[in-house]
Amino acid sequence: MTTDSDILSAMSRTLGDLLGDDSIVLTPTTRRGDVDGWDSFTYISFIAAIEMEFGVKFGVADVESFEDVGAIVRRLQALRGK
Amino acid sequence: MLWLPEISGFRDRLRDAVRRPPEEIFGALVALSRHRLSALETLQLDRALQHNDAPERQPTAVRLALLGSSTVDHLIPGIRVAGLRHGLSIRSWLGSYGQYRQDLCGPSPALREFDPQYIVLSLTAREIIAPIALGSTAEEAEIALKRGVEDLQGLWARARETFGATVIQQTFLDTSAPLFGSFERRVPSSPARLVRRLNELVIEAATHVPVHIFDLALAAERTGLDRWFERKVWLQAKMQIAPHAVPEYGERLVRFVAAQRGLSKKCLVLDLDNTLWGGVVGDDGIQGIILGEGTARGEAHLALQRYAKDLTERGIVLAVCSKNDPDIAGRAVDEHPEMILRRRDFACFVANWQPKPDNLRAIAAKLNLGIDSLVFVDDNPVERAAVREALPMVAVPELPDDVAGYVECIAQAGYFETSAFTADDRERAQRYTDNLIREDDLDSAQDLDSFLTGLNMSAVYGPVQEVDIPRVSQLINKTNQFNPTTQRYSLEEVTAFCRDEANTVLQFRLVDRFGDNGLVSAMIMRPVGAQPGVLDIDTWVMSCRVFGRKLEFEAMNIAVEAARERGAGVLRAKYIPTPKNVVVRDLYERLGFVRIDSGGGETALWQLALESYHPRSTHITRTKQP
Repeated sequence: MTTDSDILSAMSRTLGDLLGDDSIVLTPTTRRGDVDGWDSFTYISFIAAIEMEFGVKFGVADVESFEDVGAIVRRLQALRGK
Repeated sequence: MLWLPEISGFRDRLRDAVRRPPEEIFGALVALSRHRLSALETLQLDRALQHNDAPERQPTAVRLALLGSSTVDHLIPGIRVAGLRHGLSIRSWLGSYGQYRQDLCGPSPALREFDPQYIVLSLTAREIIAPIALGSTAEEAEIALKRGVEDLQGLWARARETFGATVIQQTFLDTSAPLFGSFERRVPSSPARLVRRLNELVIEAATHVPVHIFDLALAAERTGLDRWFERKVWLQAKMQIAPHAVPEYGERLVRFVAAQRGLSKKCLVLDLDNTLWGGVVGDDGIQGIILGEGTARGEAHLALQRYAKDLTERGIVLAVCSKNDPDIAGRAVDEHPEMILRRRDFACFVANWQPKPDNLRAIAAKLNLGIDSLVFVDDNPVERAAVREALPMVAVPELPDDVAGYVECIAQAGYFETSAFTADDRERAQRYTDNLIREDDLDSAQDLDSFLTGLNMSAVYGPVQEVDIPRVSQLINKTNQFNPTTQRYSLEEVTAFCRDEANTVLQFRLVDRFGDNGLVSAMIMRPVGAQPGVLDIDTWVMSCRVFGRKLEFEAMNIAVEAARERGAGVLRAKYIPTPKNVVVRDLYERLGFVRIDSGGGETALWQLALESYHPRSTHITRTKQP
């Protein structure tokens, strides 16, 4: 069982790798604007990397509707639970 | 990119690389680039490269402009990392989204200032085919496509004349959904038919003007479109090349650029046993190797030979580098009826017991080729690692475990990329054939010790248990090379030896950082009738899998201890020469034994006084089994 906090730390590491910033810590309430450099381009790469890491595929509607990191984690857990 | 070896702990290794002294960082990054990296790892490596730019240490610098009609920004890290892998330091310039026409015809001052040597046009087909209605006739479609290609030719001319650049035109991917199914290509203006025809016309146009065709469409036909295109990211970000394809896109584009800089490989160096044929010819005999029609495994080895033969016809030089007895290996190649490749097909034929890196150096020197133009193909992961470590500039494909995949692995690696096929290419193989070079006086100056140390070898040894007997019996009956007596024993006889308390029967496994090589050696020591304190090495066999690892030294260290524990003071041994066991002719001499026969006969008798034995130094630690 992968916990929400496992997913959060994996996501933090992935975004850190993408942006070259080891200090990034994502929380469920983090929004894109809260992280320096997390633009729409990096967002696409981030989603692609998370999909590869967890073996899931988000829908285009999912990706457009994520308000914050918590929403990504919830959707990821739902996809993994299927 | 399965031909590249996997890497574990990438983040840590990258961190270590950038913390090295400045003069070592670049080399460490190059080493990382030669692994199978994910898109994210590629991005990280590229960032480290940008932060640790060391132009003075870098190879050929290349200025490359990437112009696209879709989002191509994300491709740049993959291109630069592939440059690192191929010895090119790539400076890139990125056109604005969809502005390729303006950039070329404007012309863009920024692009002019960048002064590109290469302009890559990475375009989607839709600009050209979207206006063509589905109901168009074949003639109407052809006219529209030709107009599109003429427009492209105008852009190529601009790129050449305005910027003095070499143009690389990427072929068009067909990302359309089928409308008609099997009938698709019979409809003159179906999207699938149009894209295919467009690519044909572009390739045709390239025969008349100086432009290079980067055939991504062909690659996608071979690998599947999914490997490149993902509709979701197309919808989200208008990326025609999906993020996961970034490493491979860079690799395929840059190897094509590298080819134009003369950096493609020129010589394919092949191992013999379990590469060109199945089995070990020194053990199995020429008739015993697996090769040829009739078995899938034999056909798979044959397919590799056929592929190598085809490569010679396009100008690639072949060589052999094998740990083998030179006479046996040479006869196998020339006499086995199923061989496609014969000795005359190889410009250099090296079979001996020297370390392979030494032999590869010698091959490059004899063929007068740069060592970085060699590709070394070997089924054995230990040999591959030895070569990668000693000669990182040699390309070493990470062959799959299954021989069925060998050809595909080598082919996909694209070592012999080219942008021309000339009369000179067609005749090259013949020129080398006329000048056949045989193996002779190869020097061995390689620092073997550091390689052996790095293998983290451990000998796991102990008395032969019941469960080991089938394998020990197989070794005794199959081993021809490391077998000083070539004495065969049935399963029952081996069982009887093991059960007799008077005998010492040892088994040795070798574990290294690549895993367990299994039970690779066995030794039977028996008391000599009336002479107390004397043990005879009745049988000693070792698999050729572990030759050159000094296991024979460590095994003797262990055997001497075991003999001492039994109260023995002397070991005796025999060498009975056969055509196949030359490799152990000097074995006992190297272990400090003294020859005690008159020297006249074929068989040599050896003796060792245990009190005078100094343990041999090896790089193998030990683990005793009960």
